[in-house]
Amino acid sequence: MLDPDSGLSLTIARIVQRLKGSSLHSQLERQARVSLHKPEIKLESLKEDIKDFLKTSGWEKKLQNAVYSELNVFPSPCHPAAPPEHMKEPLAYMRKAQGSWEKRILKSLNSMCTELSIPLAQKRPVNEQKELLNKWNEMGTDEPDLSLFRPVYAPKDFLEVLMNLRNPNYENGEQPSFRSHLGLIQVPLKVKDIPELKEDFSELGLNIGQLGIDDSAQVPPEFFENEHVRVGQKVLAEQDSAAAQQYVRQGCPTALRADLWALILNISNQPEDILYYEQLKSNVIQHDLLVDSLIYKDVKLTASNDDYYFVFEDYLYQVLLCFSRDTSVLEHFTYSSATPPKSYIRGKLGMEEYAVFYPPNGVIPFHGFSMYVAPLCFLYHEPSKLYQIFREMYVRFFFRLHSISSHPSGIVSLCLLFETLLQTHLPQLFYHLREIGAQPLRISFKWMVRAFSGYLATDQLLLLWDRILGYNSLEILAVLAAAVFAFRAVNLMEVTSLAAAEAVLADLSTLKVMPLLQIFLFATVT
Amino acid sequence: MSGAAGPGPGPPAGPGRSPLPCAPRPAAALQLGGGAEPARPGVAVIDLRFPRGAAADVQEIVFRNFYTAFLSVRVQRPGPTGSRRWVTCLRDYCLMPCPHTEEGSQDYFSLRRHQMLCDMDQVTAVRFILRQPSPVWLHFTIEELQIFPPGQKSPQKDFPSWLSQLTPPEQPASLHGVGSVGTIAIVPGSPGGTSHPATPLPEPRAIQPIRAISAPQHRAHFFQELPDPEKVSTEVQQMWVLTEVIRARQAAARIGRFDVDGCYDINLLSYT
Repeated sequence: MLDPDSGLSLTIARIVQRLKGSSLHSQLERQARVSLHKPEIKLESLKEDIKDFLKTSGWEKKLQNAVYSELNVFPSPCHPAAPPEHMKEPLAYMRKAQGSWEKRILKSLNSMCTELSIPLAQKRPVNEQKELLNKWNEMGTDEPDLSLFRPVYAPKDFLEVLMNLRNPNYENGEQPSFRSHLGLIQVPLKVKDIPELKEDFSELGLNIGQLGIDDSAQVPPEFFENEHVRVGQKVLAEQDSAAAQQYVRQGCPTALRADLWALILNISNQPEDILYYEQLKSNVIQHDLLVDSLIYKDVKLTASNDDYYFVFEDYLYQVLLCFSRDTSVLEHFTYSSATPPKSYIRGKLGMEEYAVFYPPNGVIPFHGFSMYVAPLCFLYHEPSKLYQIFREMYVRFFFRLHSISSHPSGIVSLCLLFETLLQTHLPQLFYHLREIGAQPLRISFKWMVRAFSGYLATDQLLLLWDRILGYNSLEILAVLAAAVFAFRAVNLMEVTSLAAAEAVLADLSTLKVMPLLQIFLFATVT
Repeated sequence: MSGAAGPGPGPPAGPGRSPLPCAPRPAAALQLGGGAEPARPGVAVIDLRFPRGAAADVQEIVFRNFYTAFLSVRVQRPGPTGSRRWVTCLRDYCLMPCPHTEEGSQDYFSLRRHQMLCDMDQVTAVRFILRQPSPVWLHFTIEELQIFPPGQKSPQKDFPSWLSQLTPPEQPASLHGVGSVGTIAIVPGSPGGTSHPATPLPEPRAIQPIRAISAPQHRAHFFQELPDPEKVSTEVQQMWVLTEVIRARQAAARIGRFDVDGCYDINLLSYT
């Protein structure tokens, strides 16, 4: 593809360009200028002295963290001849499938609009604005009539689309042969097998300490836990993103988790970030979007009914309503296979200078979307910081769970990985479930799309999300799904219908995530 | 005209680079002799000749893959004896690491001179031998083939200009001689990077001393009340440098407005 040298200079150029306009850039300049007053900065060796000053005062570390963050988020640059849609998604048929799926969503939203005769967006009247501002912190007490609204789509609708995904150049014969897949996903993406996963997730091995296993009551804390906490405090003191990312692979101590995640995601909650959040809040107050009602409905249906998360209902509104107005989220569409929906200001159809994105962040929430935010409420209590953490998690990970792409962390690859793992290592169970009409993916899809939020107990979920951040990949979700099936294999072999299989796997709240993962990856005889 | 060995238009050439004109014939699958029905042998050949029998030097070959797993390239060039012969310059280059899966199947590739086994000068014809051992794919080929000759450096436009500036040391008001007034490195070219992801890193141009637009020595003696022309031109240059810096400092951060003049009333979404 790109040979290493030109690839490296392209990456450097891109990162320099992205960091140039950022607040970090102006802060560094200010620091450099301030340092000119210091006696140790000499004119003859100005450049070197300033560099040394930035290093000792910790600013170089901040720059390193920013560069590391850019490297993690953006994919490596494409070949110069490749058009921009190639960076979004290299396979043409997947782009097409994503386009048709988006069109369906748009049609659904438009038909809801016309049925209910509600505009997609309008300015809020002044008295309504005042009212909303007054009850900003308790929007959960509102009981608007949402009976006519319905979610735009649910995960099972999305699964149907993925099941019908076909590569036109692949031999999809009618007869089952070695080239047809036995599961629901029929596209030949490259997925890892257990030896490769063992190597990738080597820090989860049997002889390495883990939080979630080696911090249980029976294990004396001197063996692992105390030392691990000490190392975590040191990582936080150093403020090094890359070290933090390596550290959380073994789990985060609860007391340090909030700061460590903020360090990995490079969120520092500067005054300008707080100001930005306040600006988003004022946007919410000024304009009323149809998407707001969808968010309300989703929160009422999912998070408010959940035993763990109902207390955070108000936080969820404060985060999700602002999220819909945040245009900085539009940047992630350069590397996502999705495209933001477009519209025109009323009365100006077709005029390009009145073209806008709807919603302003380009993301239409679906049923269960608020569950991405809910677990974060346990860690962050300040709305602007909670907001930034969620936004960063969304543009790094969660967007891949509801768009069609060939990326190894995309939902299609995760589904195929799950099915392949199950088929390879539990062939009898896979065959049995298939025979009774209970394809395993039908049950595990909803877990993976929500990143297990709402299905696991919260402490276990946060341990799982530690590893997502640590490995910068969502593949662990597919591995956990397969591990859950492996754990309940004996019961599943006895069921005779899809409903019974669902019942066996209905309650995951008692599961311990790390032992399951460890056993499945490292202690199963292959 | 750029060669295209399959459906789809060719990509635009990079700045300052134009591909050599060539006419590739479409991929022909190898057939075993004597077979009644056409088999799918998994090997195809694309032949490419330059028009009017011309010979050219080849610097880079760019193409888009379409499910080809391995690529070999042979070129026809004059041998040591003078007559033209076929030489293999690339053998079994892997495009798809796992031929049964999608990895690398529709990616763009560049083959450069230094990767080749032989010299790529005075080439009259190029033959691409495509192999796809996996039977799961219906078709395989390579598309949007472009061959670039050497010696075309992309001109240095569209890079963000950055400047390193040292304030020129105070020169004594010597009106003799047109000395260089401090060293200011200026990188010409339009400032302000575009959002093109493939902007190359600017190379620092040689530091050129900017000579003052000074009057010849004898004239200065007569116009001593007027401000020193060297000093003025230095200041003008400094101001120009500052404006260049400010222009280059276009913030990448968005302002965050999603409405048009305060209005965000929308009825329906658009499908196009």
